[in-house]
Amino acid sequence: MATTETADPTNFAAAPVNAELNAEQKIEMLSEMMRIRRFEQAALKYYNAGKMGGFLHLYIGQEAVAVGAVSLMGENDHVITAYRDHGHALAVGMGMDECMAELYGKITGCSQGKGGSMHFFAPDKNYWGGHGIVAGQTPLGAGLAFALKYKGLEGCAMCFLGDGAVNQGAYHEALNLAGLWDLPVIYVIENNGYSMGTSQKRSSAFKNCLAERADGYDIVWDLIDGHDLYEVRAKLQNAVERAHKESRPTVVEIATYRYYGHSVADANAKKYRTPEEIENYKNNFDPINLWRKRLVEEGVVSEEKADELDKAAKAEADASVKFAEESDFPTEEDITKHVYWEVDNGTDAGNTGKHFFH
Amino acid sequence: MRTLPYRHALREAFDEELERDPNVYLMGEEVAEYNGAYKVTEGLWKKWGDKRIIDAPISEAGFIGLGIGSSMMGLRPVMELMFFSFAYVAMDQMMNNAATCRYMSGGLLNCPIVIRGPANGGTNVGATHSHCPENIFGNMPGLKVVSPATAYDAKGLMKTAIRDNDPVYFMENTLLYGIEGEVPENADLPDGELIIPLGVADVKREGTDVSLIAHGRCVLTALEAAEQLEAEHNINAEVVDIRSVRPLDEETILNSVKKTNRAVYIEENKPFCGVGAQVASTIQEKAFDYLDAPVMRVTSIDAPAFYSPPVEKMQLPHSAMIIEKVLAM
Repeated sequence: MATTETADPTNFAAAPVNAELNAEQKIEMLSEMMRIRRFEQAALKYYNAGKMGGFLHLYIGQEAVAVGAVSLMGENDHVITAYRDHGHALAVGMGMDECMAELYGKITGCSQGKGGSMHFFAPDKNYWGGHGIVAGQTPLGAGLAFALKYKGLEGCAMCFLGDGAVNQGAYHEALNLAGLWDLPVIYVIENNGYSMGTSQKRSSAFKNCLAERADGYDIVWDLIDGHDLYEVRAKLQNAVERAHKESRPTVVEIATYRYYGHSVADANAKKYRTPEEIENYKNNFDPINLWRKRLVEEGVVSEEKADELDKAAKAEADASVKFAEESDFPTEEDITKHVYWEVDNGTDAGNTGKHFFH
Repeated sequence: MRTLPYRHALREAFDEELERDPNVYLMGEEVAEYNGAYKVTEGLWKKWGDKRIIDAPISEAGFIGLGIGSSMMGLRPVMELMFFSFAYVAMDQMMNNAATCRYMSGGLLNCPIVIRGPANGGTNVGATHSHCPENIFGNMPGLKVVSPATAYDAKGLMKTAIRDNDPVYFMENTLLYGIEGEVPENADLPDGELIIPLGVADVKREGTDVSLIAHGRCVLTALEAAEQLEAEHNINAEVVDIRSVRPLDEETILNSVKKTNRAVYIEENKPFCGVGAQVASTIQEKAFDYLDAPVMRVTSIDAPAFYSPPVEKMQLPHSAMIIEKVLAM
């Protein structure tokens, strides 16, 4: 592919899609990753303080994947993901306020308190959720790509899934359809090594890697180091171009790591991994630290400027907590809103017959 | 008036909606080149081509999910399940994605999809191919469930279902596909086309003594029973076809019961939490003072579908079952 025809194919910084980045764009990506990190740290703090219900699946440690992927999106490129969805949501441009308020279950939340942590949506930003059932989003991702192709639009659907999702039948059915019908979909396996608490080798039968299964569907696949933003962008750009120009799917497997448990409620998060493993990751592979270091070395950002960005991200996260705290809860009347489009819109169809039976 | 078989009436609905809206497409196993396992889509692939009429692999979770995803983007898929029983392999997509994504997004999206196919017993194909899940899907807020009994209703309701902006699960019947019924030419209709709203029941036979309320093929069984009741027992039964399970036309049901003071619900479902259970609850709650007898139900005998042809006939609702109930009231 044109994008990686550089003197050294492993010099991802030199890939055209990265070489063309200006300082502002590079700093923007640093800021995005910091915002996701600070948002989730704030969420964790108040989740532990009992302010939120349900589950909280943190993306901390995986930020370069969502930010790198979303940074490649054009007008007709779409995103859909699983329940670890805060990072993708903020990366596509959803506001911290609406996201934090959703975690708090408030009416000002992005889903007006109806979805919670696992179900963030922003169709106006080409972001189709936020899906709670493992691999349930993978046929939907094929459907987004199908719709693009049907409408004759040059675009792609990036469908994110975890390594725990690759053993679900729906994923394999989606791969078959994507390969069979030349769908411009990119399946991005964010491999953090753990299918909830079960490691990859205890949950998946594979020869070399999980992405390799795509061979069986005649789908091109690739492996990506998810800690290096340049690599994420350079390699994913190949997939985007394959989708745009050839209308062919791609499977990429991105090695990443989550600091925390499967969810905050994962009581065994520190039992199936050693403290040394987590510390090593934090010190040597943290995508934010690596990108920051890189930008300082490139002279794109100063340490002071980076600190400022981080401080601003933290302040924004704190403000979103305040916003969420001060927002109202939905009311009982809200329970039957957003069930049926026709009812919500007061159409003849929505006013004919009984729709609710309480 | 001209008559058409039920399957042909459906086909006309597809053809007209394919013509009207370029976002409408049909997908399912064998719907295109094979002309449909039950020939409902016969000729449509030849007319509309590969883009609009699409053969899917045997992969219900995959292609139904794909259809749902495409509907979020504004397409209007009409997905065929060769048997509605196969919905169970696509259940996560049909229950979690089509039914709840609008809700969980706080109304930011909707899924204008039709999922259709035959949901019936009586063809000796055993329990795996004989499910009647109207009650299961009708139980799920966010979904609409339609079950037409006649060619006329099949066409008019299908056109409405395709235009509806919510997911509509449209349950047909292999034993009805060949049955002819009156379907007017568009030129003979005041609006130039046949449109029947969801949520409007149809009184298929006026009567005074008992309300036989039903959906799907059981409407025909009820009509047959009504004729016998009149001829042999001098009982004048009214037959109410609810046509759509959800939304439900409670008003027509209640008006009928207030007139006849007796009600029997007839359906192919199993009795436990069946559609009749919901309707019986509504009647006792809202028309209790009008009732001269408990609301009765006729359902399939409560076991998985029997294979052996003569025994399966006994298991399914038939007119003798209805007459027995009515006479006991």
